[in-house]
Amino acid sequence: MTAVKLKATMTFSEEQSMLLDTATEFFRSKSPTSVVRDLMLSEDGYDDAVWREMVDLGWSGLAIPEACGGSDLGLAAAVTIAEPMGRWLSATPWLSTQLFVQGVLAADDALRSACLPAVAEGAIGTVALCEVDGDWDLEAAGLTLRETGSQAALSGTKTFVLNADAADFLLISGNLEGAPALAVLDRESLPAGALHRETLIDDTRRSFELILDGVQVPDDRLIRGERALTALSRIRNAALLLISAESAGGIAGALEVIVEYLNTRTAFGRKIGSYQGLKHPTVDILIGLERTRSHVYHAASLIEAGESEEAIDVALRMAKAQASEAFAFAGDRAIQFHGGFGFTWECDAQLYLKRALWAQYAFGDAIHHRRHLAEALL
Amino acid sequence: MSELDDFRAEVAAWLEANRPPEPDFLLPETFMEVGTDRQFEYLRDWQRKVYEAGYLGMAWPKAYGGGGQPQVMQDIVNAEMARLKVPFVPNTIGLNWAGPLILAIGTEAEKQKYIPGILSAEDIWCQGFSEPDNGSDLAAATTRAVRDGDDWILNGSKIWTSLGTYAKYMILLARTNPDAENRYAGLSYFLAPMDVPGVDVQPIRKLTGEYGFTQTFFTDARIPGDCLMGREGEGWQIAMQTLTFERSVAGGQAGGLSMNAVGVQDVLELARRVKRDGRPAIEDPIIRDELVKFLIEEQGDRLCGARARHPALISERPGAIAMSGKLRGTEHKRRLLQFAITLQGANGARWVGDERAERGGLWQRSYFNAFSATIGGGTSQVQANIVGERVLGLPKD
Ligand SMILES: Cc1cc2nc3c(=O)[nH]c(=O)nc-3n(C[C@H](O)[C@H](O)[C@H](O)COP(=O)(O)OP(=O)(O)OC[C@H]3O[C@@H](n4cnc5c(N)ncnc54)[C@H](O)[C@@H]3O)c2cc1C
Repeated sequence: MTAVKLKATMTFSEEQSMLLDTATEFFRSKSPTSVVRDLMLSEDGYDDAVWREMVDLGWSGLAIPEACGGSDLGLAAAVTIAEPMGRWLSATPWLSTQLFVQGVLAADDALRSACLPAVAEGAIGTVALCEVDGDWDLEAAGLTLRETGSQAALSGTKTFVLNADAADFLLISGNLEGAPALAVLDRESLPAGALHRETLIDDTRRSFELILDGVQVPDDRLIRGERALTALSRIRNAALLLISAESAGGIAGALEVIVEYLNTRTAFGRKIGSYQGLKHPTVDILIGLERTRSHVYHAASLIEAGESEEAIDVALRMAKAQASEAFAFAGDRAIQFHGGFGFTWECDAQLYLKRALWAQYAFGDAIHHRRHLAEALL
Repeated sequence: MSELDDFRAEVAAWLEANRPPEPDFLLPETFMEVGTDRQFEYLRDWQRKVYEAGYLGMAWPKAYGGGGQPQVMQDIVNAEMARLKVPFVPNTIGLNWAGPLILAIGTEAEKQKYIPGILSAEDIWCQGFSEPDNGSDLAAATTRAVRDGDDWILNGSKIWTSLGTYAKYMILLARTNPDAENRYAGLSYFLAPMDVPGVDVQPIRKLTGEYGFTQTFFTDARIPGDCLMGREGEGWQIAMQTLTFERSVAGGQAGGLSMNAVGVQDVLELARRVKRDGRPAIEDPIIRDELVKFLIEEQGDRLCGARARHPALISERPGAIAMSGKLRGTEHKRRLLQFAITLQGANGARWVGDERAERGGLWQRSYFNAFSATIGGGTSQVQANIVGERVLGLPKD
């Protein structure tokens, strides 16, 4: 018998509904693909003015407790920002900051108070979890933290660190005496030459390799023991939820581009959308979108309801597996359905396929999560 | 909340206590496979019992034999019937298509005449839409209805009529005016009695070897004038409204269970039992991956149902979930059953009647019968057209 009983919980409050509407309008107006393309070529990869507006709207501190200057709306509310953000391919340091917040929420009061109020006011955070082998097991970090007096010395290299160049705070995972631990680093304590920009499949993202050999952090900047495990699991949950939500938005964006072209382009004297060879797979994309959104908002509902870790884990992995495949399919078909134009740099179809592939490989692809689901459910 | 939980427990207890004994013959899997009198009587008795216990038509008006209670209670009954795998109730076309239609647009006289018999299973209903030459293209129907005094005279033929052998009434789409300005306007809708002279019902054998649907021939069959539903020429709109009930796009059904509920959990149970390479199939990594895919899909569709109840979560395309429901659900089930046979290795090639067949060949038969839902009620290809055109706004073929 299955250990985890699958439920059909779905809650969505008036407040979440208003947030979703606001965020939808916001990203629709701020992030047309012309802007996305300009930002792709820019150094920072995001528009600071847009980011400041998001901070002023309170979106940076959504999941931060009121005592630390946030609005304490939790991760479920963050989904309503992530989905439209993905739809209009908006890239800001919001995602990396949310992951940082989730990790620090597991820290002691002192460390929380040292970082979170600043984040609520617009400081940027990020997480450094992955290493050169690209393993998705967050508890298996090879970077070492060695305590000497009231300091810890770091030794190792991190990869896929989003927005590291812009971050005020970096949360770095490693192992301290063989057990997972994390350290919060200020931007100032990064030595010169520590950051190397990575070239990613998705040009909207800014991602860095971080060489941390010899970097020192004060003791009170460490998260260790049970708290470290909690931090890693909170980050993972948030990443799976928010990247799946972004992907749901991305599928909707790809679908819109496809439907638009299928309704305008003609071939053999007919609109190409009248050919079932295109129409039916487009319906499959819609179905993928509907299932993805359902999984995402369900997982958010379980988190909001404080369901068991196992139940939340299953819902999130299902959401990520579903989102990864449906988005990659939508992006792939978006290219094909634009014909020769689809093969060009100019056609927007590529933007979605590239985002889909980035999303698929961040925090575990569909096969990875299905293997873990098999352990939990079969 | 807890009142509903109590109700759920009460329903479960009743179903367990009153579930009919296993018959010594093979039961049909859906209302579309009721092929023998024994099967029919067994299922009709069961429907009567469920109805008399107050668990059918719970949300229908009391005046016509319903329960006058909130829909959520009937939803609980439906879910418990599926969960406990009790037999289905056979009068599906009456309970879930014709019944809600009559309640929605029928006259007072029609409601009083037809609804009680639908609930009690006294009056079995069938559907005469498809014809030998016109199936997917329903608007091309040619079966004729011609006025003769107060009556109508029917000529022509309907086909694939599920429950045709047992039905007392048929919801019938017929052409009343071949010269109408367009083909839709020439169609009318009838609540037609089957027990009049000139109606001949011929059983058709299915690919499983079973029976359950018929070809229905009309030869100068005379039916009373008041069998016309709505007005002459409104047949197409009424038929389309019927399909919204049939495809569960619209609510208002009497409820119950219309087919055996097979889900991924049943296939998991099978995968634990059958062997591959000397070990339970469920230990094979590739099979595990496939099983999880089915679980994600099944759960995704269940969650779509839950999400559809939040208008703010379906605002961009309000009809998408409901209108794709038949396509998603039936194709999922067909592929799942196909996979269940694959699991059995060489034994997948056995068929009903073979003593070594898994569960008497249930899986093979279920897979074949799954096509009844991917073809009947509008094929998956036609459903994909409808979703593409009406939900996504794509151009017509
Ligand atoms: C078990 C079962 C029970 C049924 N019960 C009833 C009943 O009770 N009452 C009733 O009236 N009917 C019933 N039907 C009939 C059913 O509704 C029709 O079979 C169905 O609508 C398809 O029509 P057809 O058989 O004429 O196939 P056709 O329309 O000839 O289709 C043949 C193939 O062509 C495809 N096709 C057709 N048009 C298109 C298109 N525009 N685009 C792409 N592909 C297309 C179809 O998908 C199908 O694969 C039942 C069918 C089955 C299998």
